[in-house]
Amino acid sequence: MARIGVFVCHCGLNIAGTVDVKRVVAEVGKLPDVAHAEDYIFMCSDPGQLMVQARIREMGLQGLVMANCSPTLHEKTFRRAAEVAGLNPYLVEVANIREAAAWPHQKQPEEATRKAIAIIASTVEKVKQNISLHTIKVPVTKSVMVIGGGVAGIQAALDCADAGLQVHLVERRSSIGGVMASLSETFPTLDCPQCILTPKMTQAGKHDRIRIHAYSEVEEVTGFVGNFKAKVRHKATYIDWKKCTGCGVCMTVCPTKKIPSEYDSGMADRTAAYIPFPQAVPNRAVIDAEHCLYLTKGKCGICAKKCPAGAIHYQDNASVEELEVGAIIAATGLEVMGTEEFGEYGAGSIPDVVTGLQFERLLAPSGPTKGKVLRPSDGKEPKEVAFLQCIGSRDPENYNAYCSKVCCMYTGKQAMLYKHAVHDGQAYVFYIDIRSDGKGYEEFIQRAMEEERVLYLRGKVSKVFQDGDRVVVWAVDTLTQRWVELRVDMVVLATASRPSKGVKELAQKLRIATDEHGWLKEAHLKLQPVETLTAGIYIAGAAQFVKDITDTVAQASGAAAKAIALLSKDFLERAPLIACVDQDLCVGCGNCERFCAYGAIAVDPVTGKAAVNEGLCEGCGGCAAHCPSGAATLTNYGKKQVFDMITALLSEGAVQG
Amino acid sequence: MATTIPYFPGCTCKSDALGFEQSSKAALRELGYELKEWERWTCCGTVYSMASDDLMHQLAPVRNLIRVQEQGADRVVAICSMCYNTLRQAADLVRDDPEKLRKINDYLYDEVDFKGGVRVMHLLELLRDVVGWDAVRARVRRPLKGLKVVPYYGCTLVRPKGVAIDDREQPRVMHDLLAALGAEVVDSPFKVECCGSYEAVNRPDIVAAKCHRILADAAKRGTDLVVTSCPLCEFNLDEGQDRIRSAVAGFKGVPVVYFSSLMAVAFDLPEAEWGLQGSHVDPRQVIAARLAAKKEGA
Repeated sequence: MARIGVFVCHCGLNIAGTVDVKRVVAEVGKLPDVAHAEDYIFMCSDPGQLMVQARIREMGLQGLVMANCSPTLHEKTFRRAAEVAGLNPYLVEVANIREAAAWPHQKQPEEATRKAIAIIASTVEKVKQNISLHTIKVPVTKSVMVIGGGVAGIQAALDCADAGLQVHLVERRSSIGGVMASLSETFPTLDCPQCILTPKMTQAGKHDRIRIHAYSEVEEVTGFVGNFKAKVRHKATYIDWKKCTGCGVCMTVCPTKKIPSEYDSGMADRTAAYIPFPQAVPNRAVIDAEHCLYLTKGKCGICAKKCPAGAIHYQDNASVEELEVGAIIAATGLEVMGTEEFGEYGAGSIPDVVTGLQFERLLAPSGPTKGKVLRPSDGKEPKEVAFLQCIGSRDPENYNAYCSKVCCMYTGKQAMLYKHAVHDGQAYVFYIDIRSDGKGYEEFIQRAMEEERVLYLRGKVSKVFQDGDRVVVWAVDTLTQRWVELRVDMVVLATASRPSKGVKELAQKLRIATDEHGWLKEAHLKLQPVETLTAGIYIAGAAQFVKDITDTVAQASGAAAKAIALLSKDFLERAPLIACVDQDLCVGCGNCERFCAYGAIAVDPVTGKAAVNEGLCEGCGGCAAHCPSGAATLTNYGKKQVFDMITALLSEGAVQG
Repeated sequence: MATTIPYFPGCTCKSDALGFEQSSKAALRELGYELKEWERWTCCGTVYSMASDDLMHQLAPVRNLIRVQEQGADRVVAICSMCYNTLRQAADLVRDDPEKLRKINDYLYDEVDFKGGVRVMHLLELLRDVVGWDAVRARVRRPLKGLKVVPYYGCTLVRPKGVAIDDREQPRVMHDLLAALGAEVVDSPFKVECCGSYEAVNRPDIVAAKCHRILADAAKRGTDLVVTSCPLCEFNLDEGQDRIRSAVAGFKGVPVVYFSSLMAVAFDLPEAEWGLQGSHVDPRQVIAARLAAKKEGA
């Protein structure tokens, strides 16, 4: 017979005001296996805990039922206290008589008292059959994979590497830098990315503990927190990067010159053999197999002849590398919607209607016009430019219901930079509201309005069309209630942001969730914004939702801090309340494997029996529920245990008190 | 053997827009389709069914759909954009809300219950989705080469979203038809702008202002003809030109025609079947001039 102690807490009057605690102690004291029952006004207080510890020692208690508040509040408290007194913490269970008995039945003290007794009796049955458990220790791999080489990924990689972790930075393009590398200047400080991003890129490229896997994509991720295995595909570059020096000779000789440059958002062309931009990290060339004459038609081969390093390698040199990492940070960023949509605003059909990202390239000193604002149709300087905000944002009927967050600010910035470039030019901004809720942001917009004389008109544009060499904009000014028709030289659409392509597939590989728009889903929007529901996988930057650079960098450092904390120990400790499989009962049907949401249980091909991965199991009990032979069980929630609990709960004696 | 399709004419096609019906029937006959109207069709519901939120005003369109159901047909074609719109909206309304259908059926107790499942099509949809541009092109005997036309859609073909037969802002269907007929199609940014609609009754000045913008833009683009599919648009744009002319000095008129008339021309049907006799600004001279010039050139 087990020696179980029951401790009934008054919780001031929270419990004792309704439940007759003295009667509860008397009744549960009569239960077989209960060696001791006692009540106290505040069991969680220091004297309360000391009393419990004393009783464990004095009376040799082998299990505890703590009848008090919800286990989410004090289960840990009492388990820790019991452990100090030499009792295994998993032999301590909470009987919640506050939320489940005292509070909901305040006007029925008799029924509340009987219910409290029943709950305790049931919990006694559970504790009787509980076994001692020990924290699971899982060794960790002290390295991190960061997916996405934009400013979020770069920041997270640098922080992790500086903390001593080995970092694999995986980027699908041939250079890191992301969207930020394409920007002209950044709000509200008007720093240019060349001044503030390029140094970070170089730092990441030269860091001892960062390995950049450029032109690479994650193919498969297996394993679990602390011990992930990632297959990374190094796509075919057709250029041997060990030999390539980034001299750019292949770019100058390549005859295929009319490919719209991704870096320039199509405002300039690139060649088939190319380095995306001069500050690229790594500074290596790739050959675009889709456009290369040699790879498509077997003709040309001029780059191979001219390459001074002899690096050209027309055979497919793709390879797959398997990495072992302890944590993963997904920093896949955003994509700005392009002119393939928004035909109603002339996008795609009127050459002088461009997206905000395209206009960035016209403003950038590194852009195709060397920072001179010249419009695409005829290369003339536009004297009047209309900026249209909320294109595709806040438009649930047609595009996205959400606000893309950064457009108000970048539009203000672009209008300002346009005025800096074209002093006698006029900029108009059509807006719904101005959302300038960051440090220095409102002042920045005020400066655009008052000092730079950008004309802000509150209203949405209904139509944009070409008329001769000008673009006509129809709108309504909702402040003056007047119909507006503007004839301008150029129109800039502040198009919405959306998740990068392929994020959904990546999320599936990582076993993390996406929301209804495809943004990566955090564990809790407010309190766990960088964690995901899969342990060891974190998210950073605009992959979670649109963010400006300020917030992106902050969140990237946050995600890095989480990864660093996780990997700061040699072992990961996990609660041992997980599933286990009785090897004598298991027939290897694989039901559990199919139903496990965490991929934590699988039939071993050698033994033909299911086995639980202790590192992955979250203890949900799904396998136990689906197991037809009763082999899979949740530790300390065995079938007999649960049935005995139910029996105790329903037994006449207990209920009647 | 011609395929017979139930056809809903509506009021204007029996009065002001006789030519629209005449040319549509003639052109479709050439393509192997017979537009067959039935006895006892009633008003389509017109603007009343669109402007009110009750079920009472949906009785007229639903009653017409019951007439289609009686014929054992699963589709009905309208040529008037407004008729298309009201019938289609009523069909969608009862499809999406069985409770509303039940109420309407209860009210129309002297009729057979409407069961839904009648597809309402505009003639342009039939041409695009059933007949196909290739079949149209194959029937052309007198390509409209050299004839510069601006397609004008107005509102009821493309709004609201649920019943739009094409992209709401950049519709193509009439562009594609006219191109198949060999015409030189000119795109106008005003192609879905409002013609003034029923303001023709109370505020003809608004209609004149709206139509002036549409016609002036067409004229500026060197257009020979503005092409429409709506009798109300046609009325405002065509008859309304007198008022514009008296208000705007130097305004030169542009003839306005139904797309079906140009099909009849391109199919080389007798002039009596073109349906242009009722036009206010006569389009026949410019058609004759352009097509003759082409013949001489050829």
